[in-house]
Amino acid sequence: MTTSSEDVLLSVGHVRFKKGDGTLYVMNQRLAWMLENRDTVAVSHKYADIKTQKISPAGKPKVQLQVVLHDGTCSTFHFVNPAGAEAQAKDRDQVKMLLQNLLPKFKRQIDGELEMKSRLLSLHPTLKHLYEDLVISKVINSEEYWNTPTLKNYTESNNIKQEAGVSGAFLADIQPQTDGCNGLKYNLTQDIIDAIFKTYPAVRKKHSDYVPNKMTEAEFWTKFFQSHYFHRDRIASSSSKDLFGECAKMDDQAIASAMKHTTLDLTVDIPSFVEPTPLVEEDAPEPKGESTSIHRNMIKRFNQHSIMVLKASHKTNSSNSSSSNKTTNNNNKTENGVVGNGVEKRVAEEKTNEPPEKKRRILEKIHYEDLEAGNEDAEIQELKLSKVERYLLGPSSQVQQSGPNANPPPLSALASICQAWSSGQQCSRPARVSAASAVAALGELSPGGALMRHHHAASMAQLIPPDVKSELHRIYLSGGELLRELWRCFPAPAAAPAADADDNIAKADKFYEALLRFRNVKLRPFEEKMLRDLTPLATSLTRHMNQMIDTACAKYAMWQQRQAKLR
Amino acid sequence: MKLTVDGLLVYFPYDYIYPEQYAYMLELKRALDAKGHGLLEMPSGTGKTISLLSLIVAYMIQNPHHVRKLIYCSRTVPEIEKVLEELKNLIKYYEKSQGEKPSLTGVVLTSRKNLCIHPDVSREREGKAVDGKCHALTASYIRDKHERDSSVPTCQFYEGFNREGKESMLPYGVYTIDDLKQYGADRNWCPYFLARFAIVHAEIIVYSYHYLLDPKIAEVVSKELNREAVVVFDEAHNIDNVCIDSLSVKVTRRTIDKSTQALQQLEKTVAQIREEDAARLTAEYEAMVEGLREAAVARDTDMILGNPILPDEVLNEVVPGNIRNAEHFLGFLRRFIEYLKTRLRIQHVVQESPAGFLKDVSSRVCIERKPLRFCATRLSSLMRTLEIPDPSNFSALTLVTHLATLVSTYTKGFTIIIEPFDDKTPTVSNPILHFSCMDSSIAMRPVFSRFQTVIITSGTLSPLDMYPKILDFNPVIMSSFTMTLARPCILPMIVSKGSDQVAISSKYETREDVAVIRNYGQLLVEISACVPDGVVCFFTSYMYLESVVGAWYDQGVVASLQRHKLLFIETQDSAETSFALINYIKACESGRGAVLLSVARGKVSEGVDFEHHLGRCVLMFGIPYVFTQSRILKARLDYLRDQFQIRENDFLTFDAMRHAAQCVGRVLRGKTDYGIMVFADKRFSRADKRSKLPRWIQEHLKDSLCNLSTEEAVQICKRWLRAMAQPFTREDQLGVSLLTLAQLQSQEQQDKIEKQVIQK
Repeated sequence: MTTSSEDVLLSVGHVRFKKGDGTLYVMNQRLAWMLENRDTVAVSHKYADIKTQKISPAGKPKVQLQVVLHDGTCSTFHFVNPAGAEAQAKDRDQVKMLLQNLLPKFKRQIDGELEMKSRLLSLHPTLKHLYEDLVISKVINSEEYWNTPTLKNYTESNNIKQEAGVSGAFLADIQPQTDGCNGLKYNLTQDIIDAIFKTYPAVRKKHSDYVPNKMTEAEFWTKFFQSHYFHRDRIASSSSKDLFGECAKMDDQAIASAMKHTTLDLTVDIPSFVEPTPLVEEDAPEPKGESTSIHRNMIKRFNQHSIMVLKASHKTNSSNSSSSNKTTNNNNKTENGVVGNGVEKRVAEEKTNEPPEKKRRILEKIHYEDLEAGNEDAEIQELKLSKVERYLLGPSSQVQQSGPNANPPPLSALASICQAWSSGQQCSRPARVSAASAVAALGELSPGGALMRHHHAASMAQLIPPDVKSELHRIYLSGGELLRELWRCFPAPAAAPAADADDNIAKADKFYEALLRFRNVKLRPFEEKMLRDLTPLATSLTRHMNQMIDTACAKYAMWQQRQAKLR
Repeated sequence: MKLTVDGLLVYFPYDYIYPEQYAYMLELKRALDAKGHGLLEMPSGTGKTISLLSLIVAYMIQNPHHVRKLIYCSRTVPEIEKVLEELKNLIKYYEKSQGEKPSLTGVVLTSRKNLCIHPDVSREREGKAVDGKCHALTASYIRDKHERDSSVPTCQFYEGFNREGKESMLPYGVYTIDDLKQYGADRNWCPYFLARFAIVHAEIIVYSYHYLLDPKIAEVVSKELNREAVVVFDEAHNIDNVCIDSLSVKVTRRTIDKSTQALQQLEKTVAQIREEDAARLTAEYEAMVEGLREAAVARDTDMILGNPILPDEVLNEVVPGNIRNAEHFLGFLRRFIEYLKTRLRIQHVVQESPAGFLKDVSSRVCIERKPLRFCATRLSSLMRTLEIPDPSNFSALTLVTHLATLVSTYTKGFTIIIEPFDDKTPTVSNPILHFSCMDSSIAMRPVFSRFQTVIITSGTLSPLDMYPKILDFNPVIMSSFTMTLARPCILPMIVSKGSDQVAISSKYETREDVAVIRNYGQLLVEISACVPDGVVCFFTSYMYLESVVGAWYDQGVVASLQRHKLLFIETQDSAETSFALINYIKACESGRGAVLLSVARGKVSEGVDFEHHLGRCVLMFGIPYVFTQSRILKARLDYLRDQFQIRENDFLTFDAMRHAAQCVGRVLRGKTDYGIMVFADKRFSRADKRSKLPRWIQEHLKDSLCNLSTEEAVQICKRWLRAMAQPFTREDQLGVSLLTLAQLQSQEQQDKIEKQVIQK
């Protein structure tokens, strides 16, 4: 811990730390303090470890500076410059200013990682449970936890995120909570903000205009929640104060222009449904500002909302789908035989683009699929089976299959089944019920069906209270994770002893111990609790878990023995 | 397949046939044989159109002297296009099996807006503007002017048609709107006038109701159609309203203002012409003295609208002396308009008979009945004389003259109601004069008497016996067909109470009840959670829809609805609704699923189908009664009671139930389709309502489905949906709801079909 290699940015004398006077050094990487007349550093804090610094209030007799570390400990430096309080304050402020500049630089590195971890935990409740069970109860330490491959899976798969659509109810899902004193609290997550931006480009524009130059993020969202834009039952106020008054207008314009540019399908083009009747005066535009216009406005906004949500989720794949649509339809046409041929010829004659599309829609509408003798065979995909017998007879147990002379079904039977299968759909499938009766049975077995009225033997799932269920679930989750790690440490049977064998041994030891700890810390208390609360079920609940742990332990013991022999 | 229907060889362009299609053809043939009228109800999606076309075309080919023409009327443009495609399909099948095209021409007629190919005119979006511009290019005096001065623009397509088109007939075949346009563009002929010309000779005409039912259009367009024709009104469940609308006139203050302006303009023009070319006015006067019927000289391009009254009422007399002179006639009109203006200046509602109105007119402004009857013809004659380039500017004035003619012609079956304000906004003065027809048989009668067979058909005509009464005719056949089904592909249910056992109903006393609205909301949320893809809801009125949506927002129903599906709502703006609809379809197709809130009697309920995944469930919130406080309706109810002995309640229920059936019927468009129909109102389970549903729905509405709570309904839905999601193949249907030719000809099947037809 030499200081020579580092630049000392500032050194302040007359600093008292734990009743000893000394010198405080502010260096490139860390903050250090040395007792007077010694050459060893008594206190050294890396900036990366420092969470924050605090200073004593101006009026206090002692002029102090405190640094708080991430692990919660803190060191207090007392400035005792004999020149008086002013000089002490000046010393302190110098250090403070310097630290203020330095700390953020280091903070980011460490925080980035931490933030990622905490975000991961908050995003995936299962990971959080796992973390609580394993790390907080000290079954394994945090580093081991973060290095488990399952977690790596999570962190990596996150990167290739699929573009998610927008939920139709995202605005409605922001439920306000009262904070007790006439205030409302809205919880916004990044997802919701993304959804809002995606759906309402006008809000995104406002946001980029105003934040952070004119107002803070929080202020912006407060305004948003106060606006009529969010509360659909309020009428847009004409005052220019409302930030989002314009947004509504922009939305209106966007929808209007979209309306103009969409060619309406003839089946929904209501204005041109009816032939114009002569002499009927079109109704004069309704006088605005009626009492019902709130509802009318609201209805308009609901429509806009749905349209924009739809647009937001269609943005990326709209072009693809429309083109693919077209190709499939072309296929249909040729398959339709009589109808199709005629149409195709006509299509060729017509130069404009719209009519064939229109014609297609009409034909689609008047088409009765069941009246026409279709050449449907062409469309049906044949089922390709590599092992027909497995499909027909159901999967048999692995042991039988792997046996040297598993008795195969007689070839003649197989052949006959195959033949029946290939000759058509209507072959007699052995021991199979018809679709209709299967559905009927399914219906009777679902709630409300004849067979579900009285359930004598209630299933276990219904007997266990939900909290126990979730606890059991968590035990399985964390236990499973440990078991998997342990099993991973055993070398594959055929693998040659690898270089990292030692590594594996150490890891196996560690996880074996962790497993035992887990059994003591988590599983046992749970079992005891079950014995107390749920006597008839208590043992059966954890039987499987125990079995798994025992198997793993046995394997570990055997492996340990073999290792010992090898040595 | 080629099948024999009661000895008639019918070409049917499919390989299989539904039993009910055969039964339908059987009945139809009886009507044709008897040369009488018929009323046929068959569920939507069972191939009504193709059955009609196949049979009538076969009949026409084999009995050319009995039936010469088929006039097929449908309601909306998409429907018309569908009919044409089906017809094309049929003709193609004939061609394939006979080796040559049958000598038939099928042609569509629609408005200029849909047919115009003139580069400038067709750019107009509004029908009225297209008509006006077209008239300004094709009227005879414009073309005369063009002869003298080639800088006056005319329409090259009309000129082309006028030169060459009238000599030749359209080649045999079927012409859709696009075909006509293409045909016209190839030859430089105007498709609209080509179609107008072609319908006189074509064997099959497809057009909209108005061309036959509205006298002022029918006189221009459908005058020369011969008697040996079969007229089909498809989707005819609302035909009485179309009849009534075609004879009713509504005059507002705006109409009066506009017609005063138009009158001033006419006066100016008359004065100008009097100075420049008095001979023209004199010639017109002379013509009237001699009683020359203007029809003799009128050219087809000049006529925009004919006489608003029915042909049998048109007087074959000379125009009375006091309105022969142009100035006198305009003065006469001015007095009449002033009179209407004073009548609109009222504080309370006035209702009177046409006779009372006439008496008042004659005592107040000394206008007699006789000249009033000639108003419409006199004005159109004057406008022709004055060579008005764009008559569409004078529509308000034309409307007033039509009112004058109608009110002085008909004294029975009409009423005049003057309302000082709208009932919803009693503070805003908005006087309206309704001249309302109450008797739908008036407009229908000439059609029945003119053509030998008129078939009225729809998916929902129940109860059948109402239509002969209100349309005043004697059908020779009257049948309702059900759908034979291999699986129960509709699930009608009556939900009468919510999960809290509170009865749900849109009845006036409870419709604003929070519990009822919440229960409706909960029903919708739970249904939308278990039904895949599209769900459509119908409310009884737009006002009710608005208030319910408001309440749902406050109750959080909208939020929970949005968690399951996207929400779309019909608005009063039809362009906006269309856009919402197209997005609704997108949402259903992308798999997100959507809910559409819509209104019974609205545009969506009348014209948009929700087949397959676009509508897996329809909810009818309440019984869609018409707004019963409307005075026009009350007058009509009184009239129906006095004239036809139809009780008010019967008619109201009939009207409500046909609309309810129409709404829920939107969900099922074929036998491979399936859908849930939820009637969410306690009152639906009453016998008088239930029995008025179409038979094909009633058959599936078992007693056990008539009084359900929300949960029960949802449970039933879940089980049913699971069954419906199973693969459904032709083999399942064959023999039951789908027949091959051999099966059809078996004795057993024939007996079954014979039995199936229920005569009412």
